[in-house]
Amino acid sequence: MGEYSMNVEPNKVMSLKEAIKKYVSDGSHISIGGFTCNRNPMAAVYEIIRQKIKNLHMYVHSNGTGVDELIGAGCVSKIEIAYGGNGKFAATCIRFKKAVQEGTIEIEDYSNYQMTLRFLAGAMGVPFLPTRSSLGTDIINKWGFSADMRKNDPKIPNEKLVVTDNPFKNWMDTEKVVLVPAINTDVTILHVQKADRQGTGRIEGLTFADVEQAKSAKHLILTCEELVDQNELRAAPHQNQIPFINVDAVVHVPHGAYPTACHNYYDYDPIYLNEYGKAARNDELFNTYLKKYVYGVDGQEELIALVGEDRMKTIKADPNVGYAVNLKRN
Amino acid sequence: MEYTLREMMTIVAAREIKDGDIVFCGTGISMLAAMAAKNINAPNSVIFFETGSIDAKLDEIPLAVADPRVMYWASSNSGLLDAFATMQNRITGQHVIGILGAAQIDKYGNINSTVIGEYYLPKTRFSGSGGACDVASFVPRSITFMQHEKRKFVNKVDYLTSPGHLTGNGGREKAGLLPGGPQLVVTNMAVMRFDEETKEMYLAGYYPGVTKEEILENMEFDVDISRAEEVEPPTAHELKILREKCDPQRLIL
Repeated sequence: MGEYSMNVEPNKVMSLKEAIKKYVSDGSHISIGGFTCNRNPMAAVYEIIRQKIKNLHMYVHSNGTGVDELIGAGCVSKIEIAYGGNGKFAATCIRFKKAVQEGTIEIEDYSNYQMTLRFLAGAMGVPFLPTRSSLGTDIINKWGFSADMRKNDPKIPNEKLVVTDNPFKNWMDTEKVVLVPAINTDVTILHVQKADRQGTGRIEGLTFADVEQAKSAKHLILTCEELVDQNELRAAPHQNQIPFINVDAVVHVPHGAYPTACHNYYDYDPIYLNEYGKAARNDELFNTYLKKYVYGVDGQEELIALVGEDRMKTIKADPNVGYAVNLKRN
Repeated sequence: MEYTLREMMTIVAAREIKDGDIVFCGTGISMLAAMAAKNINAPNSVIFFETGSIDAKLDEIPLAVADPRVMYWASSNSGLLDAFATMQNRITGQHVIGILGAAQIDKYGNINSTVIGEYYLPKTRFSGSGGACDVASFVPRSITFMQHEKRKFVNKVDYLTSPGHLTGNGGREKAGLLPGGPQLVVTNMAVMRFDEETKEMYLAGYYPGVTKEEILENMEFDVDISRAEEVEPPTAHELKILREKCDPQRLIL
Protein backbone atom coordinates (compact mmCIF):
# COMPACT_ATOMS: atom_id res chain seq x y z
CA MET A 1 0.00 0.00 0.00
CA GLY A 2 3.02 2.26 -0.39
CA GLU A 3 1.35 4.39 -3.03
CA TYR A 4 -1.43 5.31 -0.64
CA SER A 5 0.77 7.18 1.84
CA MET A 6 -0.82 9.97 3.84
CA ASN A 7 0.86 13.33 4.17
CA VAL A 8 0.41 15.26 7.44
CA GLU A 9 3.28 17.70 7.00
CA PRO A 10 2.33 21.15 8.33
CA ASN A 11 3.60 22.95 5.25
CA LYS A 12 2.84 21.49 1.82
CA VAL A 13 3.21 24.73 -0.10
CA MET A 14 5.25 24.46 -3.28
CA SER A 15 5.40 26.03 -6.71
CA LEU A 16 3.06 24.82 -9.44
CA LYS A 17 6.01 23.66 -11.52
CA GLU A 18 7.29 21.58 -8.64
CA ALA A 19 3.87 20.10 -7.79
CA ILE A 20 3.15 19.01 -11.37
CA LYS A 21 6.68 17.65 -11.78
CA LYS A 22 6.43 15.69 -8.55
CA TYR A 23 2.95 14.19 -8.92
CA VAL A 24 2.04 14.07 -12.63
CA SER A 25 4.05 11.99 -15.07
CA ASP A 26 3.66 10.28 -18.46
CA GLY A 27 0.87 7.72 -18.22
CA SER A 28 -0.58 9.02 -14.93
CA HIS A 29 -4.25 8.33 -14.24
CA ILE A 30 -5.70 11.72 -13.38
CA SER A 31 -8.85 13.73 -12.78
CA ILE A 32 -9.38 17.45 -12.49
CA GLY A 33 -12.02 19.35 -10.54
CA GLY A 34 -14.67 21.75 -11.78
CA PHE A 35 -17.36 21.41 -14.42
CA THR A 36 -17.51 22.84 -17.99
CA CYS A 37 -16.78 26.58 -17.60
CA ASN A 38 -16.50 26.65 -13.81
CA ARG A 39 -13.51 26.18 -11.49
CA ASN A 40 -11.32 23.94 -13.64
CA PRO A 41 -7.73 24.00 -12.28
CA MET A 42 -6.59 25.79 -15.43
CA ALA A 43 -3.20 27.00 -14.19
CA ALA A 44 -2.33 23.36 -13.47
CA VAL A 45 -3.71 22.26 -16.85
CA TYR A 46 -1.48 24.80 -18.61
CA GLU A 47 1.53 23.72 -16.56
CA ILE A 48 0.93 20.05 -17.54
CA ILE A 49 0.88 21.16 -21.17
CA ARG A 50 4.09 23.19 -20.75
CA GLN A 51 5.84 20.23 -19.11
CA LYS A 52 4.82 18.17 -22.17
CA ILE A 53 3.42 15.31 -20.11
CA LYS A 54 1.92 12.64 -22.39
CA ASN A 55 -0.34 9.59 -22.37
CA LEU A 56 -2.50 10.70 -19.48
CA HIS A 57 -5.46 8.46 -18.66
CA MET A 58 -8.25 10.85 -17.66
CA TYR A 59 -11.43 10.28 -15.67
CA VAL A 60 -14.00 12.91 -16.52
CA HIS A 61 -17.61 13.67 -15.65
CA SER A 62 -18.11 17.00 -17.46
CA ASN A 63 -14.92 19.01 -16.99
CA GLY A 64 -15.11 20.74 -20.35
CA THR A 65 -12.54 23.50 -20.71
CA GLY A 66 -9.55 21.86 -19.01
CA VAL A 67 -10.05 18.47 -20.65
CA ASP A 68 -10.36 19.94 -24.14
CA GLU A 69 -7.11 21.88 -23.73
CA LEU A 70 -5.24 18.82 -22.45
CA ILE A 71 -6.53 16.72 -25.36
CA GLY A 72 -5.76 19.48 -27.85
CA ALA A 73 -2.19 19.77 -26.61
CA GLY A 74 -1.67 16.02 -27.04
CA CYS A 75 -1.36 15.15 -23.34
CA VAL A 76 -4.15 12.53 -23.22
CA SER A 77 -4.26 9.04 -24.70
CA LYS A 78 -7.19 7.46 -22.86
CA ILE A 79 -10.34 8.96 -21.43
CA GLU A 80 -13.31 7.66 -19.46
CA ILE A 81 -15.93 10.35 -19.78
CA ALA A 82 -19.60 11.29 -19.38
CA TYR A 83 -19.78 14.61 -21.24
CA GLY A 84 -17.36 16.22 -23.69
CA GLY A 85 -19.14 19.54 -24.06
CA ASN A 86 -18.77 23.04 -22.66
CA GLY A 87 -22.30 24.42 -22.28
CA LYS A 88 -23.07 27.24 -24.71
CA PHE A 89 -19.35 27.60 -25.51
CA ALA A 90 -19.18 24.22 -27.26
CA ALA A 91 -22.06 21.76 -27.76
CA THR A 92 -19.26 19.25 -28.22
CA CYS A 93 -15.73 20.24 -27.18
CA ILE A 94 -13.87 20.81 -30.41
CA ARG A 95 -10.45 19.23 -29.86
CA PHE A 96 -12.16 16.33 -28.05
CA LYS A 97 -14.46 15.73 -31.04
CA LYS A 98 -11.56 15.84 -33.46
CA ALA A 99 -9.42 13.50 -31.37
CA VAL A 100 -12.21 10.89 -31.08
CA GLN A 101 -13.09 11.09 -34.78
CA GLU A 102 -9.45 10.76 -35.80
CA GLY A 103 -8.78 7.99 -33.30
CA THR A 104 -5.93 9.79 -31.54
CA ILE A 105 -7.47 9.05 -28.13
CA GLU A 106 -9.23 5.96 -26.83
CA ILE A 107 -12.54 6.70 -25.20
CA GLU A 108 -15.11 4.95 -23.06
CA ASP A 109 -18.53 6.47 -22.22
CA TYR A 110 -20.31 6.66 -18.88
CA SER A 111 -22.98 8.96 -17.41
CA ASN A 112 -22.35 11.82 -14.99
CA TYR A 113 -23.89 9.96 -12.06
CA GLN A 114 -21.87 6.85 -12.87
CA MET A 115 -18.60 8.80 -12.94
CA THR A 116 -19.54 10.47 -9.64
CA LEU A 117 -20.37 7.11 -8.03
CA ARG A 118 -17.12 5.69 -9.35
CA PHE A 119 -15.15 8.45 -7.59
CA LEU A 120 -17.23 7.90 -4.45
CA ALA A 121 -16.55 4.14 -4.51
CA GLY A 122 -12.84 4.90 -4.76
CA ALA A 123 -13.15 7.38 -1.90
CA MET A 124 -15.05 4.81 0.20
CA GLY A 125 -12.62 1.99 -0.52
CA VAL A 126 -15.22 -0.34 -2.03
CA PRO A 127 -14.81 -1.95 -5.48
CA PHE A 128 -18.16 -0.79 -6.89
CA LEU A 129 -21.46 0.94 -6.17
CA PRO A 130 -24.92 0.23 -7.61
CA THR A 131 -27.33 2.44 -9.54
CA ARG A 132 -30.32 1.98 -11.85
CA SER A 133 -28.87 4.37 -14.42
CA SER A 134 -28.25 3.15 -17.99
CA LEU A 135 -30.15 -0.18 -17.87
CA GLY A 136 -31.08 -1.09 -21.46
CA THR A 137 -28.61 1.34 -23.08
CA ASP A 138 -25.39 1.19 -25.11
CA ILE A 139 -23.50 2.69 -22.19
CA ILE A 140 -23.66 -0.87 -20.85
CA ASN A 141 -23.49 -2.71 -24.19
CA LYS A 142 -20.61 -0.91 -25.87
CA TRP A 143 -17.16 -0.91 -24.34
CA GLY A 144 -14.55 1.58 -25.46
CA PHE A 145 -11.66 -0.43 -24.02
CA SER A 146 -11.36 -4.04 -25.19
CA ALA A 147 -11.40 -7.05 -22.87
CA ASP A 148 -7.77 -7.70 -23.87
CA MET A 149 -6.61 -4.24 -23.04
CA ARG A 150 -8.41 -4.45 -19.69
CA LYS A 151 -6.78 -7.76 -18.86
CA ASN A 152 -3.32 -6.40 -19.62
CA ASP A 153 -3.72 -3.19 -17.64
CA PRO A 154 -3.74 -3.71 -13.87
CA LYS A 155 -4.93 -0.12 -13.35
CA ILE A 156 -8.38 -0.68 -14.92
CA PRO A 157 -11.02 -3.32 -14.04
CA ASN A 158 -11.74 -6.30 -16.29
CA GLU A 159 -15.35 -5.25 -16.87
CA LYS A 160 -16.80 -1.88 -17.87
CA LEU A 161 -20.15 -2.08 -16.08
CA VAL A 162 -21.88 -5.13 -14.63
CA VAL A 163 -25.65 -5.67 -14.55
CA THR A 164 -26.71 -7.95 -11.75
CA ASP A 165 -29.90 -9.17 -10.09
CA ASN A 166 -30.73 -7.40 -6.85
CA PRO A 167 -29.03 -9.61 -4.23
CA PHE A 168 -31.70 -8.47 -1.74
CA LYS A 169 -34.29 -10.07 -4.05
CA ASN A 170 -37.04 -7.59 -4.73
CA TRP A 171 -36.19 -5.18 -1.90
CA MET A 172 -37.16 -1.64 -2.94
CA ASP A 173 -39.01 -3.07 -5.96
CA THR A 174 -35.74 -3.43 -7.80
CA GLU A 175 -34.93 -6.47 -9.90
CA LYS A 176 -31.62 -5.37 -11.41
CA VAL A 177 -28.86 -2.90 -10.73
CA VAL A 178 -25.83 -1.67 -12.64
CA LEU A 179 -22.54 -1.91 -10.76
CA VAL A 180 -20.02 0.82 -11.51
CA PRO A 181 -16.34 0.19 -10.73
CA ALA A 182 -14.32 2.37 -8.34
CA ILE A 183 -11.76 4.88 -9.55
CA ASN A 184 -8.58 5.65 -7.63
CA THR A 185 -6.59 8.19 -9.60
CA ASP A 186 -2.82 8.55 -9.27
CA VAL A 187 -3.41 12.25 -8.88
CA THR A 188 -6.36 14.63 -8.74
CA ILE A 189 -6.01 18.39 -9.08
CA LEU A 190 -8.55 20.86 -7.71
CA HIS A 191 -8.67 24.62 -7.70
CA VAL A 192 -10.28 25.94 -4.50
CA GLN A 193 -10.99 29.43 -3.24
CA LYS A 194 -9.04 29.10 0.01
CA ALA A 195 -6.47 26.76 1.49
CA ASP A 196 -3.98 26.87 4.32
CA ARG A 197 -0.37 25.67 4.16
CA GLN A 198 -1.23 22.22 5.46
CA GLY A 199 -3.98 21.67 2.87
CA THR A 200 -7.29 22.31 4.57
CA GLY A 201 -9.40 23.56 1.69
CA ARG A 202 -12.56 25.60 1.21
CA ILE A 203 -14.70 25.62 -1.93
CA GLU A 204 -17.22 28.41 -2.39
CA GLY A 205 -20.17 28.02 -4.74
CA LEU A 206 -20.87 24.83 -6.66
CA THR A 207 -18.81 21.85 -5.52
CA PHE A 208 -19.61 19.40 -8.39
CA ALA A 209 -17.89 16.06 -7.61
CA ASP A 210 -14.71 17.70 -6.32
CA VAL A 211 -14.88 16.20 -2.85
CA GLU A 212 -15.42 12.63 -4.10
CA GLN A 213 -12.63 13.14 -6.64
CA ALA A 214 -10.31 14.49 -3.96
CA LYS A 215 -10.84 11.55 -1.67
CA SER A 216 -10.50 8.93 -4.42
CA ALA A 217 -7.02 10.14 -5.33
CA LYS A 218 -3.71 8.61 -4.29
CA HIS A 219 -2.27 12.13 -4.47
CA LEU A 220 -4.11 15.43 -4.36
CA ILE A 221 -2.85 18.81 -5.50
CA LEU A 222 -4.81 21.86 -4.36
CA THR A 223 -4.28 25.10 -6.18
CA CYS A 224 -5.90 28.01 -4.37
CA GLU A 225 -7.04 31.53 -5.08
CA GLU A 226 -5.93 32.62 -1.60
CA LEU A 227 -3.43 31.02 0.75
CA VAL A 228 -4.81 31.86 4.19
CA ASP A 229 -3.87 31.45 7.80
CA GLN A 230 -4.95 28.16 9.34
CA ASN A 231 -7.02 29.98 11.97
CA GLU A 232 -9.25 31.55 9.32
CA LEU A 233 -10.34 28.12 8.07
CA ARG A 234 -10.41 26.39 11.44
CA ALA A 235 -12.74 29.06 12.84
CA ALA A 236 -15.50 27.81 10.48
CA PRO A 237 -14.85 24.11 9.80
CA HIS A 238 -18.41 23.61 8.51
CA GLN A 239 -17.40 25.63 5.47
CA ASN A 240 -14.36 23.47 4.65
CA GLN A 241 -14.79 20.42 2.42
CA ILE A 242 -11.20 19.24 2.00
CA PRO A 243 -9.34 17.98 5.09
CA PHE A 244 -5.55 18.23 5.00
CA ILE A 245 -5.16 14.45 5.46
CA ASN A 246 -6.06 13.99 1.78
CA VAL A 247 -3.74 16.67 0.43
CA ASP A 248 -0.15 16.37 -0.85
CA ALA A 249 0.58 19.78 -2.33
CA VAL A 250 -0.77 23.29 -1.87
CA VAL A 251 -0.06 25.85 -4.57
CA HIS A 252 -1.00 29.49 -4.33
CA VAL A 253 -2.26 30.56 -7.77
CA PRO A 254 -4.43 33.69 -7.99
CA HIS A 255 -6.68 33.40 -11.07
CA GLY A 256 -5.85 29.69 -11.07
CA ALA A 257 -9.21 28.75 -12.64
CA TYR A 258 -9.11 31.42 -15.37
CA PRO A 259 -10.60 31.41 -18.05
CA THR A 260 -13.22 29.33 -16.16
CA ALA A 261 -15.19 30.84 -13.29
CA CYS A 262 -14.21 30.97 -9.62
CA HIS A 263 -17.23 31.79 -7.44
CA ASN A 264 -16.89 35.07 -5.50
CA TYR A 265 -13.65 35.91 -7.32
CA TYR A 266 -14.26 36.06 -11.08
CA ASP A 267 -16.65 34.85 -13.75
CA TYR A 268 -15.78 32.74 -16.77
CA ASP A 269 -14.32 34.86 -19.57
CA PRO A 270 -16.70 34.62 -22.56
CA ILE A 271 -14.22 36.38 -24.85
CA TYR A 272 -11.40 33.96 -24.08
CA LEU A 273 -13.65 30.89 -24.31
CA ASN A 274 -15.16 32.01 -27.62
CA GLU A 275 -11.73 32.85 -29.09
CA TYR A 276 -10.46 29.48 -27.91
CA GLY A 277 -13.44 27.85 -29.67
CA LYS A 278 -12.58 29.58 -32.93
CA ALA A 279 -8.91 28.64 -32.70
CA ALA A 280 -9.73 25.03 -31.79
CA ARG A 281 -11.50 24.50 -35.12
CA ASN A 282 -8.30 24.80 -37.11
CA ASP A 283 -4.98 23.04 -36.40
CA GLU A 284 -2.84 25.99 -37.40
CA LEU A 285 -4.85 28.51 -35.38
CA PHE A 286 -4.85 26.13 -32.45
CA ASN A 287 -1.06 25.87 -32.50
CA THR A 288 -0.85 29.65 -32.64
CA TYR A 289 -3.20 29.79 -29.64
CA LEU A 290 -1.04 27.33 -27.68
CA LYS A 291 2.15 29.21 -28.57
CA LYS A 292 0.75 32.53 -27.45
CA TYR A 293 -1.37 31.70 -24.40
CA VAL A 294 0.21 28.52 -23.02
CA TYR A 295 3.83 28.00 -24.15
CA GLY A 296 4.35 31.75 -24.50
CA VAL A 297 3.71 32.51 -20.83
CA ASP A 298 5.45 31.27 -17.73
CA GLY A 299 2.50 30.75 -15.43
CA GLN A 300 -0.90 32.20 -14.69
CA GLU A 301 0.38 35.63 -13.68
CA GLU A 302 1.83 36.17 -17.15
CA LEU A 303 -1.34 34.85 -18.79
CA ILE A 304 -3.43 37.35 -16.86
CA ALA A 305 -1.02 40.15 -17.80
CA LEU A 306 -1.29 39.10 -21.44
CA VAL A 307 -5.10 39.15 -21.36
CA GLY A 308 -4.99 42.50 -19.63
CA GLU A 309 -6.29 44.37 -16.65
CA ASP A 310 -9.39 45.71 -18.44
CA ARG A 311 -10.72 42.28 -19.28
CA MET A 312 -10.20 41.08 -15.74
CA LYS A 313 -12.26 44.02 -14.48
CA THR A 314 -15.22 42.95 -16.63
CA ILE A 315 -15.31 39.45 -15.11
CA LYS A 316 -14.73 40.46 -11.49
CA ALA A 317 -17.39 38.78 -9.33
CA ASP A 318 -20.09 40.75 -7.55
CA PRO A 319 -19.82 39.67 -3.88
CA ASN A 320 -23.62 39.52 -3.54
CA VAL A 321 -24.09 36.79 -6.13
CA GLY A 322 -20.64 35.33 -6.80
CA TYR A 323 -20.57 36.13 -10.55
CA ALA A 324 -20.17 39.25 -12.71
CA VAL A 325 -23.62 40.83 -13.00
CA ASN A 326 -24.55 41.99 -16.52
CA LEU A 327 -21.35 40.61 -18.01
CA LYS A 328 -21.58 40.73 -21.80
CA ARG A 329 -21.79 37.07 -22.70
CA ASN A 330 -22.77 36.79 -26.39
CA MET B 1 -48.06 38.48 -33.25
CA GLU B 2 -44.85 37.41 -35.01
CA TYR B 3 -42.77 34.72 -33.35
CA THR B 4 -39.75 32.59 -34.18
CA LEU B 5 -39.67 28.79 -34.27
CA ARG B 6 -37.38 28.82 -31.28
CA GLU B 7 -39.96 30.81 -29.33
CA MET B 8 -42.69 28.40 -30.42
CA MET B 9 -40.64 25.38 -29.30
CA THR B 10 -39.81 26.96 -25.96
CA ILE B 11 -43.44 27.83 -25.20
CA VAL B 12 -44.79 24.44 -26.31
CA ALA B 13 -42.39 22.73 -23.89
CA ALA B 14 -43.15 25.23 -21.13
CA ARG B 15 -46.87 24.48 -21.37
CA GLU B 16 -46.15 20.84 -20.56
CA ILE B 17 -44.68 21.79 -17.17
CA LYS B 18 -47.12 21.82 -14.25
CA ASP B 19 -47.10 23.28 -10.76
CA GLY B 20 -45.23 20.93 -8.45
CA ASP B 21 -42.99 19.58 -11.20
CA ILE B 22 -39.27 19.52 -10.49
CA VAL B 23 -37.78 20.52 -13.83
CA PHE B 24 -34.41 19.03 -14.74
CA CYS B 25 -32.77 21.55 -17.05
CA GLY B 26 -29.93 21.10 -19.47
CA THR B 27 -28.12 23.88 -21.32
CA GLY B 28 -29.82 26.29 -23.73
CA ILE B 29 -33.43 26.02 -24.82
CA SER B 30 -34.36 23.55 -22.06
CA MET B 31 -33.32 26.07 -19.40
CA LEU B 32 -35.36 28.72 -21.14
CA ALA B 33 -38.44 26.46 -21.28
CA ALA B 34 -38.16 25.87 -17.54
CA MET B 35 -37.85 29.63 -16.90
CA ALA B 36 -40.83 30.34 -19.17
CA ALA B 37 -43.00 27.77 -17.35
CA LYS B 38 -42.05 29.21 -13.97
CA ASN B 39 -42.91 32.73 -15.11
CA ILE B 40 -46.05 31.93 -17.10
CA ASN B 41 -48.02 28.77 -16.35
CA ALA B 42 -46.37 26.91 -13.47
CA PRO B 43 -45.21 29.38 -10.80
CA ASN B 44 -44.82 26.56 -8.32
CA SER B 45 -42.57 24.42 -10.50
CA VAL B 46 -39.03 23.90 -9.23
CA ILE B 47 -36.01 24.60 -11.43
CA PHE B 48 -33.37 21.98 -10.84
CA PHE B 49 -29.86 21.32 -12.13
CA GLU B 50 -27.64 18.25 -12.09
CA THR B 51 -24.97 20.43 -10.50
CA GLY B 52 -27.13 20.59 -7.39
CA SER B 53 -29.08 23.85 -7.29
CA ILE B 54 -32.72 23.45 -6.26
CA ASP B 55 -35.35 26.11 -7.03
CA ALA B 56 -33.00 28.79 -8.31
CA LYS B 57 -34.62 32.09 -9.21
CA LEU B 58 -32.26 32.62 -12.16
CA ASP B 59 -31.77 36.35 -12.36
CA GLU B 60 -29.61 35.89 -15.46
CA ILE B 61 -29.62 33.00 -17.94
CA PRO B 62 -26.93 30.44 -17.15
CA LEU B 63 -24.85 29.42 -20.19
CA ALA B 64 -24.06 26.00 -18.75
CA VAL B 65 -25.45 23.89 -15.92
CA ALA B 66 -22.22 24.73 -14.08
CA ASP B 67 -22.64 28.48 -14.57
CA PRO B 68 -22.45 30.18 -11.14
CA ARG B 69 -25.78 31.82 -12.09
CA VAL B 70 -27.64 28.54 -11.38
CA MET B 71 -27.19 29.21 -7.66
CA TYR B 72 -29.00 32.54 -7.53
CA TRP B 73 -31.57 32.52 -4.72
CA ALA B 74 -31.77 28.72 -4.66
CA SER B 75 -33.27 26.78 -1.78
CA SER B 76 -30.19 24.66 -1.39
CA ASN B 77 -27.15 23.76 -3.31
CA SER B 78 -25.21 20.51 -3.40
CA GLY B 79 -23.07 18.55 -5.82
CA LEU B 80 -23.57 15.93 -8.51
CA LEU B 81 -23.88 13.08 -6.05
CA ASP B 82 -26.85 14.59 -4.27
CA ALA B 83 -28.49 15.97 -7.41
CA PHE B 84 -28.65 12.58 -9.11
CA ALA B 85 -29.76 10.96 -5.88
CA THR B 86 -32.67 13.42 -5.81
CA MET B 87 -33.74 11.99 -9.18
CA GLN B 88 -33.15 8.35 -8.23
CA ASN B 89 -35.00 8.98 -4.92
CA ARG B 90 -38.41 7.23 -4.94
CA ILE B 91 -40.27 10.29 -3.65
CA THR B 92 -38.63 13.36 -5.18
CA GLY B 93 -37.61 11.51 -8.34
CA GLN B 94 -41.21 10.79 -9.23
CA HIS B 95 -41.90 14.54 -9.50
CA VAL B 96 -39.04 15.28 -11.87
CA ILE B 97 -39.66 16.09 -15.50
CA GLY B 98 -36.53 15.90 -17.63
CA ILE B 99 -35.80 18.15 -20.60
CA LEU B 100 -33.32 16.66 -23.05
CA GLY B 101 -31.96 17.15 -26.54
CA ALA B 102 -30.38 14.68 -28.94
CA ALA B 103 -28.82 14.00 -32.32
CA GLN B 104 -31.12 11.03 -33.08
CA ILE B 105 -34.39 9.61 -31.78
CA ASP B 106 -36.33 6.43 -32.64
CA LYS B 107 -40.06 5.70 -32.53
CA TYR B 108 -39.89 4.66 -28.88
CA GLY B 109 -38.16 7.87 -27.84
CA ASN B 110 -34.75 6.30 -27.27
CA ILE B 111 -32.14 8.96 -27.90
CA ASN B 112 -28.57 9.22 -29.10
CA SER B 113 -26.27 12.05 -28.04
CA THR B 114 -23.01 10.12 -28.39
CA VAL B 115 -21.97 9.21 -31.96
CA ILE B 116 -23.11 9.04 -35.59
CA GLY B 117 -21.64 5.98 -37.27
CA GLU B 118 -19.70 3.31 -35.43
CA TYR B 119 -18.83 3.74 -31.77
CA TYR B 120 -15.18 3.08 -32.65
CA LEU B 121 -13.89 5.84 -34.94
CA PRO B 122 -17.28 7.50 -35.36
CA LYS B 123 -18.21 9.69 -38.29
CA THR B 124 -19.37 12.36 -35.84
CA ARG B 125 -18.74 12.48 -32.13
CA PHE B 126 -21.12 14.38 -29.84
CA SER B 127 -20.83 15.29 -26.19
CA GLY B 128 -22.11 11.98 -24.80
CA SER B 129 -24.62 11.40 -22.03
CA GLY B 130 -23.62 13.92 -19.41
CA GLY B 131 -26.53 13.53 -17.01
CA ALA B 132 -29.07 12.69 -19.74
CA CYS B 133 -28.93 8.92 -19.39
CA ASP B 134 -29.31 9.25 -15.61
CA VAL B 135 -32.37 11.46 -15.90
CA ALA B 136 -33.94 9.31 -18.61
CA SER B 137 -33.32 6.21 -16.49
CA PHE B 138 -34.75 7.61 -13.27
CA VAL B 139 -37.65 9.95 -13.88
CA PRO B 140 -41.22 9.23 -15.04
CA ARG B 141 -41.63 12.02 -17.61
CA SER B 142 -39.43 13.81 -20.09
CA ILE B 143 -39.54 16.27 -22.97
CA THR B 144 -37.05 15.94 -25.83
CA PHE B 145 -36.13 18.78 -28.16
CA MET B 146 -35.27 17.67 -31.72
CA GLN B 147 -34.66 19.17 -35.15
CA HIS B 148 -37.13 17.57 -37.55
CA GLU B 149 -34.91 15.86 -40.12
CA LYS B 150 -34.92 12.41 -41.69
CA ARG B 151 -31.42 11.60 -40.43
CA LYS B 152 -32.53 12.46 -36.90
CA PHE B 153 -35.84 10.57 -36.67
CA VAL B 154 -34.39 7.15 -37.45
CA ASN B 155 -35.46 3.50 -37.40
CA LYS B 156 -32.54 2.66 -35.15
CA VAL B 157 -30.31 5.07 -33.25
CA ASP B 158 -26.59 4.59 -33.92
CA TYR B 159 -25.94 4.57 -30.16
CA LEU B 160 -28.61 4.32 -27.49
CA THR B 161 -27.40 6.90 -24.96
CA SER B 162 -30.55 7.51 -22.92
CA PRO B 163 -33.49 5.13 -22.55
CA GLY B 164 -36.91 6.05 -23.85
CA HIS B 165 -39.51 3.29 -23.91
CA LEU B 166 -36.71 0.94 -25.14
CA THR B 167 -38.54 -1.84 -27.06
CA GLY B 168 -42.09 -0.56 -26.53
CA ASN B 169 -44.70 -1.33 -23.92
CA GLY B 170 -43.05 -3.01 -20.91
CA GLY B 171 -39.57 -2.40 -22.34
CA ARG B 172 -38.41 -0.27 -19.46
CA GLU B 173 -39.69 -2.65 -16.82
CA LYS B 174 -38.07 -5.59 -18.59
CA ALA B 175 -34.71 -3.81 -18.54
CA GLY B 176 -35.10 -3.05 -14.84
CA LEU B 177 -36.13 0.61 -15.08
CA LEU B 178 -39.14 2.20 -13.43
CA PRO B 179 -42.15 2.84 -15.69
CA GLY B 180 -42.49 6.21 -17.37
CA GLY B 181 -40.27 7.55 -20.08
CA PRO B 182 -40.55 10.26 -22.70
CA GLN B 183 -43.95 11.90 -23.07
CA LEU B 184 -43.35 14.73 -25.51
CA VAL B 185 -41.01 15.47 -28.40
CA VAL B 186 -40.86 19.10 -29.48
CA THR B 187 -39.43 19.88 -32.92
CA ASN B 188 -39.20 22.83 -35.28
CA MET B 189 -42.30 21.50 -37.12
CA ALA B 190 -44.43 19.54 -34.70
CA VAL B 191 -45.04 17.91 -31.35
CA MET B 192 -45.13 14.15 -30.93
CA ARG B 193 -46.44 12.02 -28.09
CA PHE B 194 -46.35 8.30 -27.29
CA ASP B 195 -49.30 5.91 -27.52
CA GLU B 196 -50.35 4.60 -24.12
CA GLU B 197 -50.67 1.03 -25.37
CA THR B 198 -47.80 0.60 -27.81
CA LYS B 199 -45.50 3.38 -26.54
CA GLU B 200 -44.94 4.28 -30.20
CA MET B 201 -44.53 7.89 -31.22
CA TYR B 202 -47.49 9.61 -32.88
CA LEU B 203 -48.02 13.07 -34.30
CA ALA B 204 -49.95 15.05 -31.72
CA GLY B 205 -49.67 18.53 -33.18
CA TYR B 206 -48.36 20.44 -36.18
CA TYR B 207 -47.35 24.09 -36.24
CA PRO B 208 -49.41 26.57 -38.28
CA GLY B 209 -48.31 26.46 -41.91
CA VAL B 210 -46.78 22.96 -41.69
CA THR B 211 -48.56 19.97 -43.29
CA LYS B 212 -48.68 16.45 -41.89
CA GLU B 213 -47.08 15.20 -45.12
CA GLU B 214 -44.11 17.52 -44.71
CA ILE B 215 -43.60 16.19 -41.23
CA LEU B 216 -43.64 12.56 -42.38
CA GLU B 217 -41.23 13.38 -45.22
CA ASN B 218 -38.74 14.46 -42.59
CA MET B 219 -38.76 11.16 -40.71
CA GLU B 220 -37.29 7.77 -41.51
CA PHE B 221 -40.22 5.96 -39.82
CA ASP B 222 -43.98 6.42 -40.17
CA VAL B 223 -46.15 7.63 -37.33
CA ASP B 224 -49.88 7.81 -36.79
CA ILE B 225 -51.08 11.26 -37.87
CA SER B 226 -54.80 10.73 -37.23
CA ARG B 227 -54.76 12.38 -33.81
CA ALA B 228 -52.87 15.51 -34.84
CA GLU B 229 -54.24 19.00 -34.26
CA GLU B 230 -52.82 22.41 -35.05
CA VAL B 231 -50.69 23.71 -32.17
CA GLU B 232 -51.78 27.00 -30.69
CA PRO B 233 -48.99 29.53 -31.35
CA PRO B 234 -47.47 31.48 -28.46
CA THR B 235 -49.77 34.20 -27.17
CA ALA B 236 -48.75 37.83 -26.87
CA HIS B 237 -48.56 37.38 -23.11
CA GLU B 238 -46.33 34.31 -23.37
CA LEU B 239 -44.03 36.06 -25.84
CA LYS B 240 -43.78 39.19 -23.73
CA ILE B 241 -42.65 37.27 -20.66
CA LEU B 242 -40.32 35.03 -22.64
CA ARG B 243 -38.60 37.96 -24.34
CA GLU B 244 -38.61 40.54 -21.60
CA LYS B 245 -38.27 38.50 -18.46
CA CYS B 246 -36.63 35.20 -19.40
CA ASP B 247 -34.08 36.15 -22.06
CA PRO B 248 -33.79 39.94 -22.38
CA GLN B 249 -30.17 39.64 -23.55
CA ARG B 250 -31.20 37.18 -26.31
CA LEU B 251 -28.57 34.67 -25.22
CA ILE B 252 -30.68 31.66 -26.17
CA LEU B 253 -33.49 33.11 -28.30
